Amino acid sequence: MQAKGMEFTVGLFVVAGLLALAMLALKVGNIQVLNAGETYAVTADFNDIGSLKPKAPVTVAGVRIGRVARITVDPVTYRAIVTLDILKKYRFPRDSSASIQTAGLLGEQFVSLSPGGSRRDLKNGGKIRITQSAIILEKIISQLLYSKAGHASGHN
Amino acid sequence: MSWDLGISGLGRRVIGGVGRLGRATLFLARLAPALGVALARARLIVQQLYMTGVLTLVIVLVSGAFVGMILALQGYNTLVRYDAQSSLGLLVALSLTRELGPVLTALLFAGRAGSALTAEIGLMKATEQLDGMEMMAVDPLPRVVAPRFWAGWIAVPLLAMIFSAVGILGAYVVAVGDLGLDGGVFWSQMQSGVSVTNDIMGGLVKSVVFGFVVSWIAVFEGYDAKPTSEGVSRATTRTVVSSSLAILALDFIMTAFMLRGL
Repeated sequence: MQAKGMEFTVGLFVVAGLLALAMLALKVGNIQVLNAGETYAVTADFNDIGSLKPKAPVTVAGVRIGRVARITVDPVTYRAIVTLDILKKYRFPRDSSASIQTAGLLGEQFVSLSPGGSRRDLKNGGKIRITQSAIILEKIISQLLYSKAGHASGHN
Repeated sequence: MSWDLGISGLGRRVIGGVGRLGRATLFLARLAPALGVALARARLIVQQLYMTGVLTLVIVLVSGAFVGMILALQGYNTLVRYDAQSSLGLLVALSLTRELGPVLTALLFAGRAGSALTAEIGLMKATEQLDGMEMMAVDPLPRVVAPRFWAGWIAVPLLAMIFSAVGILGAYVVAVGDLGLDGGVFWSQMQSGVSVTNDIMGGLVKSVVFGFVVSWIAVFEGYDAKPTSEGVSRATTRTVVSSSLAILALDFIMTAFMLRGL
């Protein structure tokens, strides 16, 4: 009887430990549910990707539908080639556009897609032609300061 | 010529330390085959899991909850200066899963269960129970030492996960109940910033290593203790001191590797 009670508490202890791990993985961490779905890859060239990183979200209308797979540089044009993995159930017209946006003022950067109107869809390995680079806060601030300075001294 | 004596003393200590490390490693090599044998008698391991794991649960639960609540209070106090208190959940979760959960659990385990393991095995040796077993052709390594080693090794990672989970719940209670943070933001910030593969698995790997090292030190010190009451008390102290130092040093090394990548 006593041995049974001990075994029961040990079993309970092991279950509690595994439950704690499950809670950490599911509730605290972000298990990638996206891995479950099949994806297709498209590329997009950007002049400047800012601080976009691999695994950053790809969204349409703010909803996550994929993620950034790779970021490389074209050795000829020196533009950044961003490869996006998009869930198969979402098809996009060939003239869709991609832009790099920032969540909040200083948040992480992600790729936002806007669907176009073409009848033909992007295929695996396809390329998004219309892109908008990341907005870099420092550049905007410096432009603003320069234009202010220009106004103040009567030039411009 | 007292400086000369000092240097000799230092040399003696270093040689002694290296000797202990060598004996501990030889002991582990002798223990390794016994570990396999012990797995076949799981009942003994379950018994020891009760002694080491379940009985350590209370102190781990209480410390985990308090550490989580303290982290929430301290973190809030700093973050609020930068108007970044929404990241409190992330701060608490990362601190607990990556560092405090594995390290504090291992330190508590060394003090609560490791010392008891050493004292038990040391006393068995002092009262010649181990010799008695050998006399009856029962090898004490698989019968006495291996189940305790397994139990410690299994218990530490489980306790560390429980520590982190309870700590996060404790932080949630303080952050949402007392400090007035939004519960949804608390969890969503955490989920966006904690990586399962890097942070949670990294913490798990650490606690598995700590469990191995603490159990190893505890059973070795017990087995190696001088068979006197003074020898057992010294061995018990050494278990706590060397485990704590080993945990912190290993933690530094593993953290450096994990943060920089191999």
